[in-house]
Amino acid sequence: MIPAAFEYHRPTDMAGVLAVLEEHGDDARVLAGGHSLIPMMKLRMAEVPHLIDLQDVSGLGGIDVRTGEVHIGAMTTQTEIIENAELAQVCPILKEAALQIADPQVRYMGTVGGNVANGDPGNDMPGLMQCLDATFELVGPDGTREVKARDFYEAAYMTDREDDEVLTKVVIPAHGAGYAYEKQKRKIGDYATAAAAVTIVSDMGKCVQASIAMTNLSDTPVWSEAAGAALVGTSLDDAAVDAAVSAMLGDIDPTQDNRGPIEFKKHAAAVILRRAIARAWSRA
Amino acid sequence: MSNKMHIKMNVNGEEQEFLAEPRELLIHTLRERLDITGPHIGCETSHCGACTVTIDGKSVKSCTMFVAQANGKDVTTIEGLGGPDDLHVLQSAFKEHHGLQCGFCTPGMITRASKLLEENPNPTEEEVRFGMAGNICRCTGYQNIVKSILAAASELQAAKEAAE
Repeated sequence: MIPAAFEYHRPTDMAGVLAVLEEHGDDARVLAGGHSLIPMMKLRMAEVPHLIDLQDVSGLGGIDVRTGEVHIGAMTTQTEIIENAELAQVCPILKEAALQIADPQVRYMGTVGGNVANGDPGNDMPGLMQCLDATFELVGPDGTREVKARDFYEAAYMTDREDDEVLTKVVIPAHGAGYAYEKQKRKIGDYATAAAAVTIVSDMGKCVQASIAMTNLSDTPVWSEAAGAALVGTSLDDAAVDAAVSAMLGDIDPTQDNRGPIEFKKHAAAVILRRAIARAWSRA
Repeated sequence: MSNKMHIKMNVNGEEQEFLAEPRELLIHTLRERLDITGPHIGCETSHCGACTVTIDGKSVKSCTMFVAQANGKDVTTIEGLGGPDDLHVLQSAFKEHHGLQCGFCTPGMITRASKLLEENPNPTEEEVRFGMAGNICRCTGYQNIVKSILAAASELQAAKEAAE
């Protein structure tokens, strides 16, 4: 379990990071918490001749709760998400999801930026960010640009981020909705067999807004616009929930793996989504 | 590309300086270079927690950190918590309550538990189980591990109250 040799860089600012990326192109990769990249390097499934450790880069951490939105620096760890009381007030679904990621040791190291940027369909934060309609900030040689989480994921490990760009920040609009993050996993530390992020806004007993995203049921996270739309205007009667589940099943594309065959994945997805909808509605 | 770098770290209160390739895993540094063999290699894939150490106040699986990342850090292993003649409260509690069987997972368990009790001095059984979820034991069925940690927590609380 010894990775191939690499040159180690630990710059202290973004200019230093970008300089290494520019010089070495796709031979260079940034390292955040390392709990996705290091295992891949140890298995020699990832070869990274130039490793850029972001731990000392200034300006990449911190949770900033502003009016109407929350800014989360890419190097913010899952533990920091869980422990931030202000964030738990304005965006409690983040804590609920972070508590279901891996185990304590991994959450001390694992970062929000790494989780969303890596492009692993098993990661929990990408689907959650799509549900919440978050925006990612990317910094590259030509400056800063923003990409919607819903437009960011192209295929497994393929995203809209260019090789010379770094994902530096996540911006989440405040929602004030009922919420739930439900995850079915085989054991601690496993990726989801199926997971659902749901937010629901209610008014006078009717759903006026709903957003639904699913994790690890396709080669990207799946924001199911049709599933959310199926709930809007209803009082979440059985027919509306059935319609949302069936719309979601039409949008996912699971594959068979050691978590089960396709039919089982669809079954688990339906069960998890029903639970998430019920819990989000109870909080709406 | 055998590019050794100069590494400095404080392990259990002692300054250590050496040259190492950045790709060296911290667990290998501790065990093979510094002869600190408390942290164990269980799975080497960041699942089992036998290699858990404390770095700058975080419980970390040292098989999933390059030595280069730990450059400049404070590292505490089980050896830094207590020894045969001055057992840590958790070590005594594990002994007393049969919290270990083969003992392989124990250094990681206790190192992790020490951090857990620092953050949450009075945990419920459920909080102990949740907080210890990154450490796997294949002998005890966890009952006695949880019992040991809860006992250590009570003892620490009692000592604290006595001091006040």
